[in-house]
Amino acid sequence: MLVLQWVLTGICLLTALVVVVLIVRNRTPGVAVLGLLAVVELGLLVQLVLGIVRVAGPHDGVSVATYVGYLIGSLLILPVAAIWSLSERSRGGTAVLLVGVLLVPFLFLRLAQVWGTHA
Amino acid sequence: MPDSSRETHTRTGSGFGRVLVFVYGIFALSATGRSSVQLAVKASQAPVAYSLSAFAAVVYIVATYALATDRRRLALVAVLIELTGVLAVGTTSVLFPQDYADATVWSDYGNGYGYVPLVLPFVGLWWLWHTRGHAGAPGRGARDR
Repeated sequence: MLVLQWVLTGICLLTALVVVVLIVRNRTPGVAVLGLLAVVELGLLVQLVLGIVRVAGPHDGVSVATYVGYLIGSLLILPVAAIWSLSERSRGGTAVLLVGVLLVPFLFLRLAQVWGTHA
Repeated sequence: MPDSSRETHTRTGSGFGRVLVFVYGIFALSATGRSSVQLAVKASQAPVAYSLSAFAAVVYIVATYALATDRRRLALVAVLIELTGVLAVGTTSVLFPQDYADATVWSDYGNGYGYVPLVLPFVGLWWLWHTRGHAGAPGRGARDR
């Protein structure tokens, strides 16, 4: 689970770097960036499954609703960011992807907090 | 061009507004999630705090919708309520922490969210001011795109 999150964080930061270059050069994202987003989204789906298995086991006071809420919420970020970004091909539209891709690692921290403060 | 007067200002959901709407959307989602979990699982523990969370969620949803669809007056009202909320809840939660049994999005000026809830309404007001339109001054705003 944690290994998966580290790998996804790496891909997110790589994507962020690519998106920053696109913003600076005033270009819009192509298939490569969307592919990276799809990979992260797939990883988040795996995280959801692993997370549900995790809370089904012993979880000692962890708020299941909050934990699963973050797991499901994290799945919404990138698709919404992609749709909202692609519906306006501009610098601002591209910057939406940067926010989305940087938000995902913060959700990992949040998940670790939700799990850690009680476990 | 009878329709051109509607485009005399930058739409609030365009350009930088694209990012702003997305950030507002994130807070609409997280405040909604937070308050529904709080109200569903432990409503009786801290009814005031949880009602405030739900109120904040509604404010963020309205602000997101208004900014995304260029409803400027509604956006202004929502952002002003948001500003009042974060200042009022932030200040009272610092001065009288015992009155808040649990945290809300706006507690301690939103420090649980990296103080973004405190900064966001100011950015929102700036953006609404920055993109304000003047009917009869065609071309204004198109330049800023």
